[in-house]
Order: sequence, then C-alpha cells, then structure tokens
Amino acid sequence: MSATILFWSLSMAQLLLALAMAAATYRMIKGPRAQDRVLSLDSLYVNAMLLMVVFGIRSGTTIYFEAALIIGILGFTSTLALAKFLMRGEVIE
Amino acid sequence: MIADADLPVWAAVLVAVLVLTGALLTLIGCLGLVRLNDFYQRIHAPTLGSSAGTLLILFGSVLYFSVTQKRPAVHEALIFIFVSVTTPVTLMLLARAALYRDRAENNRQVPPPPDEASVEKTD
Repeated sequence: MSATILFWSLSMAQLLLALAMAAATYRMIKGPRAQDRVLSLDSLYVNAMLLMVVFGIRSGTTIYFEAALIIGILGFTSTLALAKFLMRGEVIE
Repeated sequence: MIADADLPVWAAVLVAVLVLTGALLTLIGCLGLVRLNDFYQRIHAPTLGSSAGTLLILFGSVLYFSVTQKRPAVHEALIFIFVSVTTPVTLMLLARAALYRDRAENNRQVPPPPDEASVEKTD
C-alpha cells in the first residue's frame, strides 16, 4: 500500500520537476538577453537539486543527499560568477 | 524501485503530499519564468521553487528518513539553510548586473541612476 503510494507520487513529482527543467531550458534557449539565461541556469540548478532529493527518497539511501548538496553549492558559485561577469566583464579583479 | 516498503501508510501519504506540493510549486515558478514579460518580473518567479518548493520537498525527505531509520534525520536542513541563504545574494547581484547593463545602454524602461547630490546626502 505505502509502496504503491510512494511509487506513484514520487514518479509524478519527478515528472513535474522534469517539466520545470524543460520550462527553464526553454527560457535559456529563447531568453532575449544574457541575464535571462543566467537566471534560467540558476533555476535549472535548483530543479536538479530537488530532483536529486526526490531520487534519494525513491531509492532510500542518503547518498543522493550529498549529491544534492554539491549541486546546490555549484549552482550558487556559478550564478555568482556569471552575475559578476555580466556586471564587470571579468570575474576576479 | 522503492527500497523498503515498511513505511506506515500515514507517513507515505504525508511524504507524497509534501513532495508533490513542492514539485508543483517549483513547476509553477518555472512556468512563471516562461510566461512573464520582463526580466525584472521574471527574476521573481523561480524563487517560488527555491524557497517553498525546496522547503516542502526537503521536509518530505526528513520525514521519510526519520520514519524508516527510526531516528531523527535532519541533515536535509543543511540544504535548506544553504539555499535560503544563498538565493537572495545571487539573485540580487544578478538584478543589479542587469540594471547596470540596462543603464549602460540608456534603456528608458529602467529608472535612472540617483544623481550626485542625493548620493552625497545619503552618505
């Protein structure tokens, strides 16, 4: 019973998160300016992190938690560096 | 695919509701990223996923691992603290970069920079 509930709800959540990633990818391809692309990259990172957490619940191991943490840290760093690059034209001054 | 099915039904229903609501909120945020018209409107949309969506999905994960391992598993709080601290920093920096670029191109749709007198008055 509970396995069935978890299976269907987690599959549905993964589908919704994949749709969200598709929406962010659409904005990244279409986005008229560079800041739109950086914004959709940031939301892609967040969605990938949440997808990793859902995958961790689904498989029942805590290994995916560490992957999600690393994806979050990389997303923060890359968005910060790209925003700095858009403002100044270089990352480290 | 589901590793251990010895979860009680109430916990399974609660985890399902939390994770589905979080994923739905994240999807709504990313649809706002597609549908809104201006960059300064669009930058508000995906924060729905990085605040409420992250909170709900991580709470579902905390509940699942606390029930299956029969001890409090709160390590997911690390992710929530990290994301909720860093998202405002990066998005405010990104909005300031976009404002700088729009002003450098003399875009009429953004407010002009504050003039020198008011800047000196506030200092």
